[in-house]
Amino acid sequence: MGRMNGLVLSLGALGFGILYLPIIIMIIFSFNAGKLVSVWSGASLKWYAGLLENDQLLSAFGTSLLIALWAATIATIFGICIAVAFVRFGNFRSRLALSAIASAPLVMPEIVTGLSMLLLFISMESLFGWPSGRGVDTIIIAHATFGMCFAAVVIQARLRDFDMAIEEAAADLGATQPFIFLSITLPVIAPAVVAAWLLAFTLSFDDLVIASFVSGPGSSTLPIVIFSKVRLGVTPEINALATVMIVVVAVAVIGASWAIRRRLSGRDQNQ
Amino acid sequence: MAPFIRLKSISKHFADVVAVDNLSLDIEKGELFCLLGASGCGKSTLLRLLAGFESPTKGTIEIDGQDMAGVAPADRPVNFMFQNYALFPHMSVADNIGYGLRRAGMRGTELGERVESLLKLVRLQKLGGRKPHQLSGGQRQRVALARALARRPKLLLLDEPLAALDKKLREDTQFELVDIQEKLGTTFIVVTHDQEEAMTLAGRIGIMDAGQLVQVDAPRSLYERPKSSFVADFLGTISFVDAIVASCDKTSITIGGDLNICAASDDDLPVGSAVKLAIRPEKIYLSRTKNGGVNEIEVVVEDLAYLGFATNYRVKTASGQMFKLQQQQRRSLDAPLSWGETGYVHFDPQDVIVLKD
Repeated sequence: MGRMNGLVLSLGALGFGILYLPIIIMIIFSFNAGKLVSVWSGASLKWYAGLLENDQLLSAFGTSLLIALWAATIATIFGICIAVAFVRFGNFRSRLALSAIASAPLVMPEIVTGLSMLLLFISMESLFGWPSGRGVDTIIIAHATFGMCFAAVVIQARLRDFDMAIEEAAADLGATQPFIFLSITLPVIAPAVVAAWLLAFTLSFDDLVIASFVSGPGSSTLPIVIFSKVRLGVTPEINALATVMIVVVAVAVIGASWAIRRRLSGRDQNQ
Repeated sequence: MAPFIRLKSISKHFADVVAVDNLSLDIEKGELFCLLGASGCGKSTLLRLLAGFESPTKGTIEIDGQDMAGVAPADRPVNFMFQNYALFPHMSVADNIGYGLRRAGMRGTELGERVESLLKLVRLQKLGGRKPHQLSGGQRQRVALARALARRPKLLLLDEPLAALDKKLREDTQFELVDIQEKLGTTFIVVTHDQEEAMTLAGRIGIMDAGQLVQVDAPRSLYERPKSSFVADFLGTISFVDAIVASCDKTSITIGGDLNICAASDDDLPVGSAVKLAIRPEKIYLSRTKNGGVNEIEVVVEDLAYLGFATNYRVKTASGQMFKLQQQQRRSLDAPLSWGETGYVHFDPQDVIVLKD
């Protein structure tokens, strides 16, 4: 038993080490005083200070945040619609085909998604004159499109073990369908909705491939800016920026999973 | 006057499954009516038809003189208590109970007072602020009852209201449910598969099988005077004897052959017709010695189970007829019969049920 535990522990340590050691090293070197990424020459916060003065990075951060907020919200709304259709409307015609279509982007290479989106926007522009050129709006549409597939999967799982009798009880007590959805269904599946939104948010926030296809002048997202900077060499400033991103995402994810666990533990006692 | 609830030749088909088959039933105002049957007999479907969650394939449902065709669940003077209570998990007990009242436009102090009086009715005054997952099973059941009663329905439908409770709690809750029903005078229709529950709760029981009502009667009549071998067998334990009528006058039937049983009867049965006799185990008396009365049959003890307050026996006659009987331990002086011993069963002709099917 003791040896078993030791083995499990060391395998776990190895796995987590491979995952997190590079990140830890990167975070450490973001506090490096020197300009070299791999040689430690004293602690400093100057790269963080430098971030605040770098207008290009700050505006890219703002752009990414804006895009991620909109894309995640749109993706979640459509994701709810897809999930409700698949879980509630039984075996409607072309259900199988539709579910394949809805989940295909999960496994589609991003480069294909990005390229096809670009072609769509170009032909739309020549046909209807919209969207004129590529920019923030086209990135939002592209991110919402692939984000909603992920959102749908997360919400479907929760909706599937939803007790239909709860909705019937609300109907029996005089509530109309739209009100039942808002007052009963949505609050009960809220943890999944929050999780889906966060997933779509992070997917959008750190997407490089799709964004680089459908972005235009003046709409460079943070990953695009970082990637173009890295091509000229990794600076500790990039390390600092990446550390900030990790902190933002980690706080969001930990907060969300804490909230979900609290709801779930309540629900489990209920069973 | 028309009955409060009238089901006229109701049928409900799901694809090619017939859940309810040409069923008619009248229920009076203020009744506590139980639908009893095995799972899949159509009793829950019947309840959902009354609630309006399903609509009948054929036939009409009238509640309080009003045809319910096309009337949505929310617009019926009916509320439903779900089997697993279906409480709203994200709302407090008070909000659960007040949900229907708020839908009816009730607000402010009126709402608060009404919720408070409902909490008092189900003895949960102090728990209005709790969430459902913070309650015990019995408390959740009472919240569900209060919520279903909040809109003062004329008819309350209860789907297996006690099935999720453990045995001890179920017994207490049965009486509580009857008390509340009597206090409010609301008509209750309860669906259950538990015959003890049905017997305790109901004024009348309807026994269902394969989408049809087999017999509707008071609990005592169902048990003592079942009209078919299905009902006799379904409720409690019973021994059946296949028999041919040897002679019959207005008051008694005599069965020929080696058993020679006498039974009281109201009907005239032609000599030679086949009948089934049924006798409840507690109506059969087992003794070691011959007493020389009517319906005395020599038997051998096949099997026995000692229960403390009584002993269950399975005994067999020389011709192979089995009887199940229950012997109370009244006189401890009597040495009880044991495996393989010979004794005599006795039963009163009044206690023999004559079934024609």
